Amino acid sequence: MATVDVTRLAKPPTLAPQRLASLRAALRTGRTRIGLALTVPVLLIVILGPLVAPHTPIEPVVAPYASPSGDALLGGDAIGRDVLSRALWGGWSVVWMCFAATALGFVVGIAVGLIAGYARNWVDDVLTGAMDVLLAFPAIVMALLFVSMLGPKLWLITVIVAVTHAPRVARLTRGVTLEVVHSEFVEAAEVIGVARWRILLGQILPNLSTPLLIEFTMRLTWSIAIIAAMSFLGYGIQPPDANWGLMINENRQGLVVQPWGVLAPIALIAAFAVGVNLIGEGIARAMGQDDTLAYRELS
Amino acid sequence: MSVAEVDGLRVVIAATGDDIVEDISFSIESGEVLGIVGESGSGKTTIGTALLGYARPGSRIDAGTIRIDGVDLLALDSLALRKARGNLVSYIPQDPGAALNPALRIFEQVEEVLAAHRVGASDQERRARIEQVLGEVKLPTAREFLRRFPHQLSGGQQQRVCIALAFVALPKVVVLDEPTTGLDVTTQAHVLATVRDLCAKHGVAALYVTHDLAVLSGLAQRVMVVYAGRAAELGPTAQVFGAGAHPYSRKLVAAIPDPSARREFGTIPGTAPSPGARPEQGCRFAPRCEWAVERCAAIVPPSVGFGTDHRSWCFRAAEVQASSAALGAAAAPARTVGHAPVLEVEDLHAAYGDEEVLKGISLSLQRGECLAIVGESGSGKTTMARSIVGLMPNWSGSIRVDGQALATRARSRPAEVRRSLGYVFQNPFASLNPRKTVGDAVAMPLREFTDKGRAEIRVAVGEALERVSLPTAIALRYPAHLSGGERQRVAIARALVTEPKVLICDEITSALDVSVQATIMRLLERLRSEEQQLSLLFVTHNLGLVRSVADRVHVMHLGEIVERGETNQLFEAPQRAYTRGLLADTPSVLATPTSKSDLPARAQLAP
Repeated sequence: MATVDVTRLAKPPTLAPQRLASLRAALRTGRTRIGLALTVPVLLIVILGPLVAPHTPIEPVVAPYASPSGDALLGGDAIGRDVLSRALWGGWSVVWMCFAATALGFVVGIAVGLIAGYARNWVDDVLTGAMDVLLAFPAIVMALLFVSMLGPKLWLITVIVAVTHAPRVARLTRGVTLEVVHSEFVEAAEVIGVARWRILLGQILPNLSTPLLIEFTMRLTWSIAIIAAMSFLGYGIQPPDANWGLMINENRQGLVVQPWGVLAPIALIAAFAVGVNLIGEGIARAMGQDDTLAYRELS
Repeated sequence: MSVAEVDGLRVVIAATGDDIVEDISFSIESGEVLGIVGESGSGKTTIGTALLGYARPGSRIDAGTIRIDGVDLLALDSLALRKARGNLVSYIPQDPGAALNPALRIFEQVEEVLAAHRVGASDQERRARIEQVLGEVKLPTAREFLRRFPHQLSGGQQQRVCIALAFVALPKVVVLDEPTTGLDVTTQAHVLATVRDLCAKHGVAALYVTHDLAVLSGLAQRVMVVYAGRAAELGPTAQVFGAGAHPYSRKLVAAIPDPSARREFGTIPGTAPSPGARPEQGCRFAPRCEWAVERCAAIVPPSVGFGTDHRSWCFRAAEVQASSAALGAAAAPARTVGHAPVLEVEDLHAAYGDEEVLKGISLSLQRGECLAIVGESGSGKTTMARSIVGLMPNWSGSIRVDGQALATRARSRPAEVRRSLGYVFQNPFASLNPRKTVGDAVAMPLREFTDKGRAEIRVAVGEALERVSLPTAIALRYPAHLSGGERQRVAIARALVTEPKVLICDEITSALDVSVQATIMRLLERLRSEEQQLSLLFVTHNLGLVRSVADRVHVMHLGEIVERGETNQLFEAPQRAYTRGLLADTPSVLATPTSKSDLPARAQLAP
């Protein structure tokens, strides 16, 4: 047997994996760049905002609906708090809930979709049926129902939004799983006798990463919409804490007098949602997966 | 009279300007079939589509003229070109299943072509023409058949419909792009005979693009061998195959397994370069050529003529032609085999739904032996292999490895049994996970069957790769960066890394070029001689391969083994009519027609 030069094995790959190359290609598209230009500043505001805010979000510093001044750069809100400071403080709860809800929905949805797609027997029927039942409930109605029963708790809203994501993610995952489950590379692992869960996670899941990554950005947009809406309706974070959705509601009566109280949170939410969406489309185009956009149904 | 004339054709990749094919010139006479052969990436399909005035998206025809029946295709505008396609020159694709519109009935498919070219004045006239052309391609013309959809036809029938589509508007030239690749030998022989008869009858010139030299031997009067986008040799089929004047043609011919003799495969070191990676100066074959001299690397060789119509683009063409390096004459040694059965199959039955695919198969594989299972598609040979490795959800009968009976599914079998069976899939493009590195693929059985640590696995993977003649650094690559032959070697390394007793190879070379096939077969031979204990179950439809590698052969037909015997005995004195038919339908390079009139009427058409 020839001796093996182990040092050669340690050399880094000469060619970058395809996925990284595609992501780099995605970065070169105009959509992704605009998307990043919108999203990154919003995330910076969300994370660094509380550190640089001139005031706390809860102390009144000017007269109600005061116009922009040196004390309050974007004016005052309905009870005289600084709009700028509230906008800087108010993104955190929106953004963490969005990411948490989407991530949780993905973990559950991917697990269900993988198992259903690989099983192809009664397990598939049961899981697919259960997901279809969940899909039948309009998301916002379900959220309102549970929140009115259990109270406006942030974790509850997060879980409910995740539950509305899960069936859609499961459907997508099951669909793409079915495309690769008969592949010879899966059969090669079956012949060797690799455990089912290792085939699912090690062989099948990596092949779903592109459509799932695209779907993630689309689902994130949907999370933003529904979580901001819940806050607007007063079921999210409770006053006097700051939250973009809540700000819109609190200040909408003064829209004519002091539009900044409404415009600032709207602009931030819109920039974030549109930006995330553009990044997703950019990735989809770069990977030649425009068709997966067909799964996007913001119903 | 030449109806197709191509002169100085050059097709380039639009973005980079790298040539796909360069300086290609040939002509085809009416009624003649010209074969174009080359490995994948040689540009042969590009030449074929260029004859239709078409270049694939991303490429463009950069220079040259293409005249069909005196019409310069490249001077036509898009409307005139569209009219010319189908009328002057038509195309028969590789995959008939993908070329036919699944929503149209057979009659509608053919009529569409007639309507597009305004052939036939009335419905009756068109109908008559359709029935005539379907009759000519030996398809039924009954109303019931004309109303069928493509999916209700067999692969051979679908390809006949495609041929009918190509011939219905009476073109002057037909381009055939590997039209028999997906068909088994008998169907292939029938389809080839049909094409040959139609060309001769209607005086149509045909360009037949293929990687399978053997197919051309009974079909084409002349062949052009292309390598890396340039012509290597052009001449009468018999001369090019029998007394080639270019080292590359010689090597290609030597790489073809032939059913008429047991022989060692000639291999070509290295791989064919793709556009953009080809040598910038000199002969493109020079880096892989054992005849290469200094000037080969510097100057593009001009063509050297032999007689009137045989040319070779090689400085040493005369020497090459005169050399006595006979075509892979060295016979592979017959081997002696022990008599200890390692794999025993008894009365194996299997079915897909109600359709019984295996009807009681029994066989026994001895230690160190290579047993070939041959049969056409649909004979059940793959189902048998899948039952043995545990991929069929149910089968009945018994399969024993070293006397131990196997459970139905691989998952239910003990690790030690799974370890003793290695399986190599047909298609190396599908059997490796595109998102896993080569190292991960080869390590998979090691992780499953051994408790080696990371470092040990890495060493073992490196050794397994070296055994299949791959550099160890390839472990960090992804399959997308590998050629087909390299991928299949990785798949073999994966199957062999945990030292199985039996290696089951299911059509492992059918997706590969002949030169790559030769390398893979040589590799398997070497592995068998290194490891005397390794037994091989070799499933294939390629009788030529079987002749050269197998110790014994079983012939399968419709789920049963119809004949079994020692390889040489079975090839020289087949007992069953079915086996004789298979052998007769298998094309052979060693039997080539010498002139137009001498074409063998080997395959009698089935009604």
